[in-house]
Amino acid sequence: MTAVEKQSPIEARLAALDLPKGGAFGAAREAALARFTAMGLPGRRDEYWRWTDPASLNAPTPVVAKSFDSSDEAPVFNTIDRLKLVFVDGVFDAAASDAPELAGVEITRLAEAADIHWATGLYGSLEAAGQSPVARPFAALNTAAATDGVLIRVTGRAARPVSLIYVHKSEASDPILHHVVKLEPGAELTLLENGPAGARFNKVLEVDVAEGARFHHVRMQGRDHERRAITHIFARVGEGALFKSFTLTANGVLTRNEVVIDITGDDAMAHVAGAALGDGATGAFTHDDTVFVTHGAERGESRQVFKKVLKHGAVGTFQGKILVKPGAQKTDGYQISQSLLLDDDSQFLAKPELEIYADDVKCSHGSTTGAIDDTALFYLRSRGVPMDEAVALMVISFLADAIEEIEDETIKAEVLDRLEAWLARHRG
Amino acid sequence: MNQELDIREGVDRETVETVANMGSYKYGWDTEIEMDYAPKGISEEIVRLISAKNDEPEWMLEWRLAAYRRWVGMEQPDWALLKVPAIDYNDIYYYARPKSMETKPKSLDEVDPKLLATYEKLGIPLKEQLILAGVDGAEHIVEGERQVAVDAVFDSVSVGTTFKDKLAEAGVIFCSISEAIKEHPELVKKYLGSVVPQSDNFFATLNSAVFSDGSFVYVPPGTRCPMELSTYFRINAENTGQFERTLIVCDRGAYVSYLEGCTAPKRDTAQLHAAVVEIVILEDAEVKYSTVQNWFPGDEDGKGGIYNFVTKRADCREARAKVMWTQVETGSAITWKYPSCVLRGDESQGEFYSIAIANNYQQADTGTKMIHLGRDTRSRIVSKGISAGQAQNTYRGLVSMHPRAKNSRNYTQCDSLLIGDKCGAHTVPYIEVKNNSSRVEHEATTSKVDDDQLFYCRARGMDEEEAVALVVNGFCREVLQALPMEFAMEAQSLVAISLEGSVG
Repeated sequence: MTAVEKQSPIEARLAALDLPKGGAFGAAREAALARFTAMGLPGRRDEYWRWTDPASLNAPTPVVAKSFDSSDEAPVFNTIDRLKLVFVDGVFDAAASDAPELAGVEITRLAEAADIHWATGLYGSLEAAGQSPVARPFAALNTAAATDGVLIRVTGRAARPVSLIYVHKSEASDPILHHVVKLEPGAELTLLENGPAGARFNKVLEVDVAEGARFHHVRMQGRDHERRAITHIFARVGEGALFKSFTLTANGVLTRNEVVIDITGDDAMAHVAGAALGDGATGAFTHDDTVFVTHGAERGESRQVFKKVLKHGAVGTFQGKILVKPGAQKTDGYQISQSLLLDDDSQFLAKPELEIYADDVKCSHGSTTGAIDDTALFYLRSRGVPMDEAVALMVISFLADAIEEIEDETIKAEVLDRLEAWLARHRG
Repeated sequence: MNQELDIREGVDRETVETVANMGSYKYGWDTEIEMDYAPKGISEEIVRLISAKNDEPEWMLEWRLAAYRRWVGMEQPDWALLKVPAIDYNDIYYYARPKSMETKPKSLDEVDPKLLATYEKLGIPLKEQLILAGVDGAEHIVEGERQVAVDAVFDSVSVGTTFKDKLAEAGVIFCSISEAIKEHPELVKKYLGSVVPQSDNFFATLNSAVFSDGSFVYVPPGTRCPMELSTYFRINAENTGQFERTLIVCDRGAYVSYLEGCTAPKRDTAQLHAAVVEIVILEDAEVKYSTVQNWFPGDEDGKGGIYNFVTKRADCREARAKVMWTQVETGSAITWKYPSCVLRGDESQGEFYSIAIANNYQQADTGTKMIHLGRDTRSRIVSKGISAGQAQNTYRGLVSMHPRAKNSRNYTQCDSLLIGDKCGAHTVPYIEVKNNSSRVEHEATTSKVDDDQLFYCRARGMDEEEAVALVVNGFCREVLQALPMEFAMEAQSLVAISLEGSVG
């Protein structure tokens, strides 16, 4: 190859990265790189990218985004007693973090994992399993290229939530983080995440929930910043286990959250919820939830609750699927995706899918789109509620079903506070 | 009106009666008749030959050739949830005509009695009689009350069209498309390909190149078509593909109800059917299009059957145009079919009612597209999918609200019923909303036959198969009621027959 020969987009994308080699995860990284190269970069012609343009995620370097200063309000989750782990532009900041010590919880920084580590077989394995039937190239890229993240093993009931905080300082940062969480049988953990993380953020979270274990996840994806993000959660849910995840997204130029859940044990439960607020006036807003739940065991229960409030040209996408494998009898699968379009410029695009190969199941999905109900608005106005407040009330009640999925009352209150603050900032 | 009610009740009674005398695929016999075939395979020569056989003008040939040249560069789509065995497009006869049709009969009296007997046996007598006499339950209908004009298509050619004169009195043109190309070129030129362009998709492009016959309907402004129109498609010859093209134009303020039926003999090898139906609806006009698709579904082991790849689309081109698609899909080994509505005119309306039943090794991927372009447009989708045996049944649909389609509405309901643990039921809806004054609602459920309902029926002395048929008919009720009544009765018995052997 001559030096003047042009690089292909995938070569350019890889050339811009400093790929880690060797160590506990060397083999997993090599395999992931091979997967990624075989899949190639996604494009609009790919079925699951028809509505979201991956161009800015495909580019070798990120679009510059102003570092985000949120000092005008109290830090997110400040009211919650938690163990803080801080990443600045994708690099672990030990000085800003708490000591990673928590009874029943073993925490290692990915970059510092010893050559022989409990996560060796797990790292990248759930991601690899989640690549079929739909390819998720950015997740494979992440497994191959992530240099930092945390490895959390939970053997008991964690006394405090573990809180991952992503600070964005450099205007052109391009962090790639990969976390692995393993809950041993009967263990319990709450994981919190917040912050914009960088100009472009690629994150994978692999969660293995063993028999009878309980995992709660609440994520606040920043506010008003210019970040582009592609995130993936890959979860395996064992017998009688519980997996719960809630995400609040308030702005960001482009956010695609993929969640891939594999229910492998009988009587397991998996709930995924998301509330997104998008105001296109702050630049652009594209929010994409792509959620796949696979039932591979009996009597599983899954819920997908996704709500979006969109205005000023914001675009919301929901691609959700419930797949019930042969033999996964008595499955109860539920999915709802709704959007509230506050003006005429915004768009909602949805593909709520069911794929069912077992007969004794109860599966349903619903999807609605529309404007705020004029009658309800009129009712509030006629009782003296000012327009802005009336709209805010309607928005909060619209999002309530998703927020209700959070079990912890303090965290739920925190989410509601942020929501109200965002609405106050984005009136009109 | 009362009579109509009686008949509706009759439909319910019929359910119980028909399930009692269920038989297997009863249209599986063939007619021994001398045929003329074009050589197997597809090429420019074959396209020219089909055009020549139909004695077509030059512009039609050019149109076909343009489609053929495009098709050569296209690939068969694979996005549907279907496992389609490789189709050898050069191992198919694209043109098969009964020898006796070499010179086109001037009237039905001149048609080969063997052909007439075929339709008689199918319950579609090609006499200008009152109704489709062979249809179950037809005896309930008072003679003279309802008349149906029939265009009968046998393999590649139209055998004859009934009630032509009576329709002509009203100004309605109802004839085979090959005749229309010669007799009414101005209408065909204006509308053919205007809803489903030659470039639309692989199968539509193939059809544009090789379609041999089909039906043409033109209803002039302000005319209510005096009777229901119907086309009956019969594939008889072996290794033959059927490629028919239907064009319906309903001019301003007009109304027509159109029925389509299809059957084929039982054969071990699969046969291809790739049809195109185009409907143009102008201001204030209304078209009802009903299909009972009962192509040979293949045997219990999945051998043979029709591969049904069909493009159907209605264009509500002007204000307040209305279209209603109703389909009962019980046959075919593979169904790939999405009757769609382009709601271009303001306040236009589209409706889609569907029952799709897949048993044994059948595969169905069917649904609709509702494309809202005009203001205040309305659409409604009711889809009932039933899977049994080893079958796979998918609803695939699109509801699109364009920025200009202010104040529009869509309601979609897709229900799937599973009978047995080896089959699959899938739902793949696409929803695109680009303005906020429109409202889109989508609901889907998947469940199995309710044990309590089955128990209730069994306790009243029905055997399991009867009980399932009754419950399934209840599940489909909303759609069955949208059908014209002759079809409703036929469809109801079909539902039972299609599910035969799926229980126990």
